[in-house]
Amino acid sequence: MLGEGILKGLGETARNFVGSYVSAERLTTVQYPEERAPHIEATRDFPFLVYDGTDWEAGLRCVACQICEKECPPKCIYIVKSTDKKPDAFGKPQIYPTRFDIDISVCMSCQICVEVCPFEAIKMDTEFELSTTDRFGGLLYDRKELAKSNEHYHKIHPTEAAEVDARLAEEKVKVDAKARAVAAAAAAKAAAGPAQAPAHITPKLAAAAAEGDKQE
Amino acid sequence: MSIVFYVIAGLSVAGALAAVLLKNTVHCALALTLAFAGLALLFLELDAQFAGFAQILVYIGAVAILVVFAILLTRGSETPHETVYSRNPLVGLVTAAAIFAVLGWAVLHSSQALPGPAGTPTAEPQVTVMDIGNALMGRYVLPLEIVALLLTAALIGAVIVAMHEKEAAR
Amino acid sequence: MIEKADQVFVLLSHWLVSFLPSALQPAAAVLLSVVAIIVTFPALFAISVLLERKGLGRMQNRYGPNRVGPFGIFQPVADGVKALIKEDIVPFRADAVVHFLAPVFLVVVVFMGYAVLPMGRNMTLVNMDAGLLFFFAIGASTELSVFMAGWSSRNKYSLLGAMRAVAQMISYEVPLLMSSVAVVMITGSLSLGKIVDAQNRYTYGLPHWYVFTPWGFAGFVLFAIAAMAETNRSPFDLPEGESELVAGYFTEYSGFKFALFFLGEYVGMMGISGLAATLFLGGWSAPFSWLGWVPSWFWFFAKVMLAMCIFIWVRGTLPRLRQDQLMNFAWKFVLPLTFLNLMVAGLWRFMGEGWLRWLVCSAILLLAYTLMGRNGMRSDHIGPRSYRYAD
Repeated sequence: MLGEGILKGLGETARNFVGSYVSAERLTTVQYPEERAPHIEATRDFPFLVYDGTDWEAGLRCVACQICEKECPPKCIYIVKSTDKKPDAFGKPQIYPTRFDIDISVCMSCQICVEVCPFEAIKMDTEFELSTTDRFGGLLYDRKELAKSNEHYHKIHPTEAAEVDARLAEEKVKVDAKARAVAAAAAAKAAAGPAQAPAHITPKLAAAAAEGDKQE
Repeated sequence: MSIVFYVIAGLSVAGALAAVLLKNTVHCALALTLAFAGLALLFLELDAQFAGFAQILVYIGAVAILVVFAILLTRGSETPHETVYSRNPLVGLVTAAAIFAVLGWAVLHSSQALPGPAGTPTAEPQVTVMDIGNALMGRYVLPLEIVALLLTAALIGAVIVAMHEKEAAR
Repeated sequence: MIEKADQVFVLLSHWLVSFLPSALQPAAAVLLSVVAIIVTFPALFAISVLLERKGLGRMQNRYGPNRVGPFGIFQPVADGVKALIKEDIVPFRADAVVHFLAPVFLVVVVFMGYAVLPMGRNMTLVNMDAGLLFFFAIGASTELSVFMAGWSSRNKYSLLGAMRAVAQMISYEVPLLMSSVAVVMITGSLSLGKIVDAQNRYTYGLPHWYVFTPWGFAGFVLFAIAAMAETNRSPFDLPEGESELVAGYFTEYSGFKFALFFLGEYVGMMGISGLAATLFLGGWSAPFSWLGWVPSWFWFFAKVMLAMCIFIWVRGTLPRLRQDQLMNFAWKFVLPLTFLNLMVAGLWRFMGEGWLRWLVCSAILLLAYTLMGRNGMRSDHIGPRSYRYAD
């Protein structure tokens, strides 16, 4: 009948009106500064650098390979590679970034830097209330401000951090096993005598063995 | 001849003068509306309530809007390039004087029929809306129906003219 | 005691005026009532603006304004202050005089409409014999103000909005008048006081309000639709459509003039709600005879605010009507139904008391409504469009 739709519509809005006082699903507003909407785990806002251990400078996973700097679409990352090597979290001498600046006002949170990093060194933080009154440098974060511990990473993205840790541990195990195998083969070869032609030890394997020595 | 009458009469005359003297046609239409309002106030001052409100409802509510629509839908809303004063004012003056003479004669002639040049109103019977209604439905029902027929014809004519234009364009 | 509470404003006015010499007393009484109206209705306007924003918010699953004062009750104050301190921009080529006069004219005209509303027992400002005609005459003048606003802005979109608004208001003027003519016919008088008196009777405690009769109910619904269109109120707010024409005919108004238009619109809404309450809902009479001890002015204002709530409710529910749908609705549906309503009211009057007239009148109205709804609103021009070019 004509007008039925109007009456049904009026009933729906009346239900909304009354329901907004009694049930929470009819009033879904989160009053912002006093309450905050809960984050989901995959929230991403701006990048931060992960460090293992307690010393942020030494434990920084970043080796200044500059892949993220090249891949960043708005080019908001600025890296200066070091000329020397310092020991990292596992004691191995490693190249590190002397400068790692991200301009937060330019960053568009696309996560490409996270996706391309081979060392799981840069991840996305969930902090967005970063406004500042300093117009000229307040939103340019240097590596000290960007470095946050692995425990922080676990807190904000638990499943992701657990996966990353598992992957890193696996890789470490594999690399250790390879190094040990190469060292054992080298020792066996040395014990068997220098006359045997080391056909199975290709130059690549020798280099891996040398690197395995270096990593340990 | 109270002060109220003078004020209202002055308003009406000012509105009418502005309606013929202003350059911008829409301003003229608005001044004409002011003149209508002045007339309505005159009716109200004479206690002719129905006439006054009908004047407002019909003239200001409908006729004035019709006039402005007509001005807008034609090119009348642009400011004219020539002046408002015509090139031979003599013809205009003669015509205006003649009309004024006729109207003045009619008004004065009718006022001789009314008693008392001192201006004191006699005890006229109060004409209420009910009396007007009774008269319209009783004594004047034929003019009422003829006017209604005329208005209906005008309405239908307007619709047909608009419809024909649409068909011609198609 | 009850009579004192009912007549408290009248007695207050008499007491205040008695301090003046008796020559000035009538003028002073009228002036006092005018001041009372000018103070009360903008206060109600502030309340209804707040009610609208919070009500619409709740209907849309959100809070309304709730930052200015507890539960946002000082929001109208904030709005008023903002409107006052904003810069008053008049476009360079706009017609300054007409641009200034349009909101002034609108506000004057809508306030004049309150002069004939009976706001309580013995509480009409001017008890005119042709009060209803006065109200409609005054209401017709608002169209002129809308046109003045749109034209003087020298903005073709404002002009377009103004033309649409005037066309809409003229089209719905006729059903508005016709649905109230049915009330006048049954009562036998154009005076609003007499109309309320005719409804102030009770049978078994139930009131004789006209809305409880078949023709009165249909008349009330038609009057409400026409009133919504007259005040340019959603779903008929295409002329001021915020998403189409920016703000239609008041695009070029800023600051206090815009606030005056806003005030004029809401005060006009309350005026026409007051008229609807007077004509169909019994004015200042109580809903049940045993509630007669509550002061009459309370009932009047309660009915006006109820009508405002219904306006807000409909605004939050229905989508906007397009101009041609709006005009179709007016001329092809509402207008024929109002004429039929008039005839049914006449039938009601001459059929004499009894259950038969209820049955016959309701049957005729329902049948007409269904038939018109099925046939009258169908648009048969669904085909390739034809265009007409200006030349």
